[in-house]
Amino acid sequence: MIRKTEVEETLKRIQSHKGVIGTMVVNAEGIPIRTTLDNSTTVQYAGLLHQLTIKAKSTIRDIDPQNDLTFLRIRSKKHEIMVAPDKEYLLIVIQNPCE
Amino acid sequence: MGRGARKRDEDSGTEVGEGADEWTQSKATVRPPDQLDLTDAELKEEFTRILTANNPHAPQNIVRYSFKEGTYKPIGFVNQLAVHFSQVGNLIPKDSDEGRRQHYRDEMVAGPQESARVVLSDAGNLDEDEEPKEPAIEAESQIDMAIAEVAEKVAEEELMTHKQPKDRKLTNQFNFSDRASQTLNHPLRDRECQMEPPPRTNFSATANQWEIYDAYVEELKKQEKIKEKEKTKTPVAKKTGKLAMRKLTSMESQSDDITKVSQAAKIVERMVNQNTYDDVAQDFKYYEDAADEYRDQEGTLLPLWKFQNDKAKRLAVTALCWNSKYNDLFAVGHGSYDFMKQSRGMLLLYSLKNPSFPEYIFSSDSGIMCLDIHVDHPYLVVVGHYDGNVAVYNLKKPHSQPSFRSSAKSGKHTDPVWQVKWQKDDMDHNLNFFSVSSDGRIVSWTLVKSELVHTDVIKLKVEGSTTEVSEGLELHTVGCGTAFDFHKEIDYMFLVGTEEGKIYKVKQHRPHQLLIGPLGPEHLGSLKYLTNPVLTDLSAHQFCKASWCSKSYSSQFLDTYDAHNMAVDAVTWNPYHTKVFMSCSSDWTVKIWDHTIKTPMFIYDLNSAVGDVSWAPYSSTVFAAVTTDGKAHVFDLAINKYEAICNQPVVAKKKNKITHVQFNPIYPIIIVGDDRGHITCLKLSPNLRKMPKEKKGQEVQKGPAVEITKLDKLLNLVREVKTKT
Repeated sequence: MIRKTEVEETLKRIQSHKGVIGTMVVNAEGIPIRTTLDNSTTVQYAGLLHQLTIKAKSTIRDIDPQNDLTFLRIRSKKHEIMVAPDKEYLLIVIQNPCE
Repeated sequence: MGRGARKRDEDSGTEVGEGADEWTQSKATVRPPDQLDLTDAELKEEFTRILTANNPHAPQNIVRYSFKEGTYKPIGFVNQLAVHFSQVGNLIPKDSDEGRRQHYRDEMVAGPQESARVVLSDAGNLDEDEEPKEPAIEAESQIDMAIAEVAEKVAEEELMTHKQPKDRKLTNQFNFSDRASQTLNHPLRDRECQMEPPPRTNFSATANQWEIYDAYVEELKKQEKIKEKEKTKTPVAKKTGKLAMRKLTSMESQSDDITKVSQAAKIVERMVNQNTYDDVAQDFKYYEDAADEYRDQEGTLLPLWKFQNDKAKRLAVTALCWNSKYNDLFAVGHGSYDFMKQSRGMLLLYSLKNPSFPEYIFSSDSGIMCLDIHVDHPYLVVVGHYDGNVAVYNLKKPHSQPSFRSSAKSGKHTDPVWQVKWQKDDMDHNLNFFSVSSDGRIVSWTLVKSELVHTDVIKLKVEGSTTEVSEGLELHTVGCGTAFDFHKEIDYMFLVGTEEGKIYKVKQHRPHQLLIGPLGPEHLGSLKYLTNPVLTDLSAHQFCKASWCSKSYSSQFLDTYDAHNMAVDAVTWNPYHTKVFMSCSSDWTVKIWDHTIKTPMFIYDLNSAVGDVSWAPYSSTVFAAVTTDGKAHVFDLAINKYEAICNQPVVAKKKNKITHVQFNPIYPIIIVGDDRGHITCLKLSPNLRKMPKEKKGQEVQKGPAVEITKLDKLLNLVREVKTKT
């Protein structure tokens, strides 16, 4: 059983890690539960990434139902978006990888 | 007939002209003014009157255009038929279908008499029909009239007859009257009631391959659960189960949903770290120092990650151990070597995938001096403390407290525990481990159910130090063990290093069984424990007699090596060669021994107190040593017997003393711990990992045998040298 504080600490650490711009937790319907960014950005990210994650997961599982999506990484010119899906939630982190 | 004649006359009377002759003869002749004046001759002229069937009204000079000849041609024959009267009758032959049907119907409705009369009237019609057929066509019109008259007659007859039978009720034209009455019509009413419509929701889903698969998997699980429930059926259990379920659900609703993100959070943390330390990760995987080609035989250590934790900042790294199952996981024990400053201890487990934060954190009151991870159960970690206690942590359980802990009652050491090591399970499949401490005892601990049971294996005695005290007691000075290592193959033989600098080779006695009677050769296979400790080769003896029972645990010192001038810090057997072991000490030396020979094979002086030595897992001739001046030395005996092939300061500040070093079993990296609580991970350059060069045409042999022979060759060289000198 993982305690609440441990998870909170992990999220705090991620947020304070070098280069991380923002983190957010989105539920199964695409509604953000927890975020460190402003509302409009959060809602936008949540909606778009939620759909993309569903599509990616569906792709992987269609090919082999015993397989499953572990995480999704989108690297763009400006930063990198990392999405880790869970059974009910989606954890999104936007980081600026220092190169 | 008479009528017919009359009619004929009347017809002929319509002819103009000649009929006037008879009228003028019978009456006084009155000459009309427009009468023809005819001579007597003309008057007496006889005119023949022929009665023909020709129709006087029919045209006689019809011409038709003939397409064949292209002219108008008169038609020879002109239709002479003149219709005087026609009436459409409704007579049908008796034998036709319709006739038969009507006949049948009438029979059903009326009695048989009616049918007879109807037949008669029909017959009458027929008779009339037959006769007029004979005369010529000009009488047709008369026939029509006749038939019509007959039909009327028949109809009258029929009417007359209908009145006569009394058993048939008919509506009387004259007496029939209709009576109608209006019933009361109830007024119509509409009763309506409206209900609330059932709640509706929209449901949409896709049926993908994987959704179908998931549904099947769930079904399977459900069925399995049902089967399990059926197997373990007790009403009490069900009740408690329900209660527990209720508690769980209430707790779940209370607790924040964040806990479910834990797995995802872990993954993301690793990803974030990977991004930050991207270059390091790339180096770890792919970088091979190309400059090694130009350096003769020397190699370098490339620094990769650095692990440190705030909580363990001021604590020295006292122990390092890689996990056997997860090759990126290693355990670090923190404590203090300082006798005066003793504080708490920490056990941290790091993963290479997340250099910024440990995976597991355990803290304890007393400094941790040593640790070991079980090979078969990689979630069991045993630690030895500075206060003499030992504890076993179970990584699968989330408690920060150890699952097993020794205490003063259960036989803990009275001095710091310097080394712990897991051993194979005992006869009852209980886990057990050994610990060595400065109090001179080597203790074997067994995990029985939920307790630690200890058994003293041996007490280290300093030889030649027995002093006789009064009453014949022998007082032995207890030696202090600082390091030990079990033989790779013979698991009851081990080496112990002491503070005095001596290394003892010990063979351990195991508990004996009660045996009665002589043993025959058939018993040899089942005897696990030796009856005579000196015998190493059972097969050499066909039988042995055993007739004692003894519960004493007594181990025997096999050998003593005068290894060092100061305390022995580490002792390790070679992973390939079963005869070779290595020791290091604070007297600045590292020595390599053959356990059959009392003097070391190789001696290396490293100019500083050596904290730890470790053999490489991939080669029998490579090992690493770390010193307190912050340097790491890597030796490869196959390349250079006298010097290190790598001699590199690893830690930044010179005051930082390195305390331990460990090779990773799979990857070409080593971890180095220092006394500031930092752990540095270094990659070995290719020169340090050299495999013997294959000669052209020869196959490269791989496997432990090769390593053994390699080392053997070296040893033989050394031995030859020694025998010569």
